[in-house]
Amino acid sequence: MHKYIIKRILMLIPVTIGVSLLVFVMLDLAPGTVVDIIGGEMTTEEIAELNHELGYDRSVFYRYFIYMKGLLHGDLGTSYIYKVDVWKLYMQRLPATLQLAGASVFLAIVLSIPLGIKAATKHGGVTDNLSMVAALLGLSMPNFWLGMMLIVLFSNQLGWLPSYGATDGFKSLILPAFTIGTGLMATLTRTTRSSMLDVLRADYLRTARSKGVPEKKVVKKHALKNALIPIITIIGTQLGNAVGGAVVTENVFAWPGVGRLIIDAINQRDTNTVTGCIIMTTVMICIIQVVVDVVYAFVDPRLRAQYASAKTRKKPEKVQGGAAA
Amino acid sequence: MSEVRENEKTVDDSLVLDIQDLTVHYELEDETVEAVNHISLQLKKKRILGLVGETGAGKTSTALAILNLLPNPPGVIKSGSIRVCGNDMLKLSQKELESIRGSSISMIFQDPMTSLNPVYSVGEQIAESIELHEDCTKAEAWEKAEEMLQLVGIPKERIHEYPHQFSGGMKQRVVIAIALACNPKLLLADEPTTALDVTIQAQVLDMMCDLKTKFDMAMIFITHDLGIVAQICDEVAVMYAGRIIEQGTLREVFNHTKHPYTEGLFNSLPDIENREAELQPIQGMMPDPTKLPEGCAFAPRCPYAKPECINTPQKERSFSETHKVLCSAYDDPTFRIRREEC
Repeated sequence: MHKYIIKRILMLIPVTIGVSLLVFVMLDLAPGTVVDIIGGEMTTEEIAELNHELGYDRSVFYRYFIYMKGLLHGDLGTSYIYKVDVWKLYMQRLPATLQLAGASVFLAIVLSIPLGIKAATKHGGVTDNLSMVAALLGLSMPNFWLGMMLIVLFSNQLGWLPSYGATDGFKSLILPAFTIGTGLMATLTRTTRSSMLDVLRADYLRTARSKGVPEKKVVKKHALKNALIPIITIIGTQLGNAVGGAVVTENVFAWPGVGRLIIDAINQRDTNTVTGCIIMTTVMICIIQVVVDVVYAFVDPRLRAQYASAKTRKKPEKVQGGAAA
Repeated sequence: MSEVRENEKTVDDSLVLDIQDLTVHYELEDETVEAVNHISLQLKKKRILGLVGETGAGKTSTALAILNLLPNPPGVIKSGSIRVCGNDMLKLSQKELESIRGSSISMIFQDPMTSLNPVYSVGEQIAESIELHEDCTKAEAWEKAEEMLQLVGIPKERIHEYPHQFSGGMKQRVVIAIALACNPKLLLADEPTTALDVTIQAQVLDMMCDLKTKFDMAMIFITHDLGIVAQICDEVAVMYAGRIIEQGTLREVFNHTKHPYTEGLFNSLPDIENREAELQPIQGMMPDPTKLPEGCAFAPRCPYAKPECINTPQKERSFSETHKVLCSAYDDPTFRIRREEC
């Protein structure tokens, strides 16, 4: 198992190289550079000097090479705009993003899994139909629209909750978490329902019933554990997305998270900040995926066996001479 | 649970299972499958009844109805009564049913590959049944699970292993261990050896017979293998299109066959003494269970059928206290099937 985890973490190296190269090339293709933004009142000489200093007088690959050299030493670069370490900048914004991601995923887990189970066990009933309509609504509503509507209702009309920022603690978390959580809940309810529907037809549930296991336990113990793999996959993917920063929602609620930082940095062509933040997001997503894989192994012993056999697969036993003939 | 136990004493002690006039239908959106039609069966303590018939004859539906575990919808018990150890399975509450399932009555399912929960160890699955029905601690249940595993021929060291780590035959042994964990009085074995290869089949059968003697239980053995029936059963009931068309002791059904369908089953067996002889399958197919005739469902395939057979409702005819046949041909007192004439 640990070898499998190390292998997965090592895969970060090619992924990081690919992602950072892509960011560098795409920002180079975008019109304008950071020098155009900060060099408004500079003289031509000063601009030439700045271009030289930041490497804009050389090719994009040269700048990429210099950046990667720094990265090898653990340096994510310095923000052109804020003039501070990208690492510091990222770590300042990360807690707000994690808070929002955690809250929205928690909300989705707590509400969607029981609802999905209920919808599957009462397949075709009122709960099932209502939850599926609600899920469809949740999936179809764009986040920015839902966010604005929530602000109009709960902040402007009722005045219960703040409409922007993260200064009011838990209170300021509710609206953005609910905005992101809605889409998550919809996906998770549908996944839980369909996964449970598949499992509820399984023969081993009939075996459990035949030995006198009460129906509630048949569903919660025997069926749910088998239905968990797709549910965990969705939670992992959604958590990964949320950790990358919910760009739209963070902007609507002026939430001081990583998503907003990246958008601001892109607008200002702050290549170092964009690349640094995206590399860190990649690392976070990879860690979440490894955690998801470990959770898989806890849930399903067959996957545990697969991980274990993956490490021995490359070492086939020596076949004695002549055996093949 | 105590109520259930008390009821048991009020009825004939030797009768473990008493089915009267059982009818099971699967009610689909635009048609109704008549899976089991007016069957009656009795089984005494320590006896093994072979329930024989081809696929779709209603054997498994009968077994599931006994446990009151028919998938509903679409399965509905339309009429009849089922008493297991004196308890009317169709009138018990859900809680009472749960206390009987696994303790007084257990079932072994056909496919061992899918009958075990893949995410729990075999030990957990055996011990769960014991914990549910016996007043014991988790450790005691686990200890008994180890004993059960050894009883079915699996080393107790493997108790923490998962179903995917076992072969098909071993899995079936685990399923048997689960079914027998609480010493049931009635075991329903639904083709327990069909998914296994012949050598493992023999081992599992031997083991089941040993365990039957050890636990003093009655058993319904569902199969379409007449060889197995001859080997282990005391009584036989032959099902066709949801009806029991012939039932009696093993000797009566095998040596004094009365029903043309039973005769057809025997004729379609390979003859070990005449290996050159061609097999004689029963011609035709079983009728569509959504459109069963009023009379004999076997008539279209029956070599002795008369035009009136298909429309005249059949009457049960007794040839002895235990030997009963459902065939209108015996209205003619001179009627004999060829097997009997030989």
